[in-house]
Amino acid sequence: MPAIDLDRAWKLHPQVSVRPEPFGALVYHFGTRTLSFLKDRTLLAVVDSLADHPSARAACAAAGVTEPELPRYAQALATLARSSMLVERS
Amino acid sequence: MTLVAQPAAPPAPEAPARPATGRLVDLFEYGLDAPICLTWELTYACNLSCVHCLSSSGRRDPRELTTEEAKAVVDELERMQVFYVNIGGGEPTVRSDFWEIVDYATSHHVGVKFSTNGVKITPERARELARNDYLDIQISLDGATAEVNDHVRGPGSYDTAIRAMQNLRDAGMKNFKLSVVCTRYNIPQLDEFKSLADRYGAQLRLTRLRPSGRGADSWDDLHPLPEQQRELFDWLVAHDGEVLTGDSFFHLSAYGQQLAGLNLCGAGRVVCLIDPVGDVYACPFAIHEEFLAGNVRMPGGFSSVWRESELFQRLRRPQSGGACASCGFFDSCKGGCMAAKFFTGLPLEGPDPECVRGLGEAALEERRARDVAVPRAAVDHSHRTTRAPRSGPGPVRLTLSRREDIVRPPVNACEEDPLAGFRPE
Repeated sequence: MPAIDLDRAWKLHPQVSVRPEPFGALVYHFGTRTLSFLKDRTLLAVVDSLADHPSARAACAAAGVTEPELPRYAQALATLARSSMLVERS
Repeated sequence: MTLVAQPAAPPAPEAPARPATGRLVDLFEYGLDAPICLTWELTYACNLSCVHCLSSSGRRDPRELTTEEAKAVVDELERMQVFYVNIGGGEPTVRSDFWEIVDYATSHHVGVKFSTNGVKITPERARELARNDYLDIQISLDGATAEVNDHVRGPGSYDTAIRAMQNLRDAGMKNFKLSVVCTRYNIPQLDEFKSLADRYGAQLRLTRLRPSGRGADSWDDLHPLPEQQRELFDWLVAHDGEVLTGDSFFHLSAYGQQLAGLNLCGAGRVVCLIDPVGDVYACPFAIHEEFLAGNVRMPGGFSSVWRESELFQRLRRPQSGGACASCGFFDSCKGGCMAAKFFTGLPLEGPDPECVRGLGEAALEERRARDVAVPRAAVDHSHRTTRAPRSGPGPVRLTLSRREDIVRPPVNACEEDPLAGFRPE
């Protein structure tokens, strides 16, 4: 699985909607018509705040993701990026 | 796709009604604040009379939602963040305001996937549809050849669907869906369906035949034979990721491998149906008062029905599994489809009629032996020419003949017949 560059700036694709749910969130991409599940409220906080941070790493830290947890979140973000849910900010 | 699987949380001192973590499928059993996907049938009118129609469609219902009422439903779905609706019918495109409702939805952040037999997909219309990113189309076809398809969907319906797919391809519409209900007659054609879809740049979608609507009358003849269920399962496993199933074959996961999807009965938990008159049912296969949760015209509208209906609350409580609870496969198949059990007269807490272990067949035998009545939907908009015979004494046979005791009626004053009153011996 290709990794995500945590030190770059990311944001949600403009055609993506996020619906918070007790278990985390539903994420839907209107362009690719695909649905994903964020199975974790912390991941939701990370995804929601990506656009406000200079890097994905900073967004994770701000959401309270600890160093040992980081690889798991990086993998989740990589999956989202691969399905075009996340795009890089220039 | 599931992102970041958490280990199950230790039991809290006061067990919450709904766990915060765990397998998604377990969480979804408690329902969501809004449906993930919702089927919305816009009209009971249809140009076809498919023998397995889930909603017994044919004639329009005069009480169908008006354009303004339909737009109000869209507004509500937008507020609830329902990302997309599956619009069907009937044949939704025969509603004169269909394109207006679709445009309204897609410009209000409610994506639309609509199912059609293709009758209104002209080249011009196809070009318009291809321009709308928020729109997906599903062409229904139940045979890879005209012979197999038209047997179920009626004469000419194969050509109509193929023409619609041609128009969509020529307009540059990518990845629309070719939707097939799997029957005894088309399961041998799965590879042909796949190449048909590939030829038109479409994605193949296979769904399960349900004994709902007119399907109750055709199910015995059409539903896959036990060995075909295995064939279908093996085909789905071999084509994992290439074919959509709308999560409809989760009863087959008892063969030993989970198929892609949630593998859960989503009725009233993550899915529901809004019918043309605004009635809200637990799922598209359950048009029967037993599964009626309310109506969008009620105060509070759709969101109150979804959140507060007594029926939906009940469906969101953990189910016991009844006779299936002791089965080793219960955790994967969850006892199968509620609607399939209901409309074949089987108890809801027990095996699916198509249980892969054959327990459904046995239950059906037993039901027939005990002569248990099978529930029927009261909602029927079938074309009158195709209506199935009703129960009861049936038509009275008449024979024209003369009564021997009254040879002629009494002569009246206007009788001009020169033989008036003459009685032949």
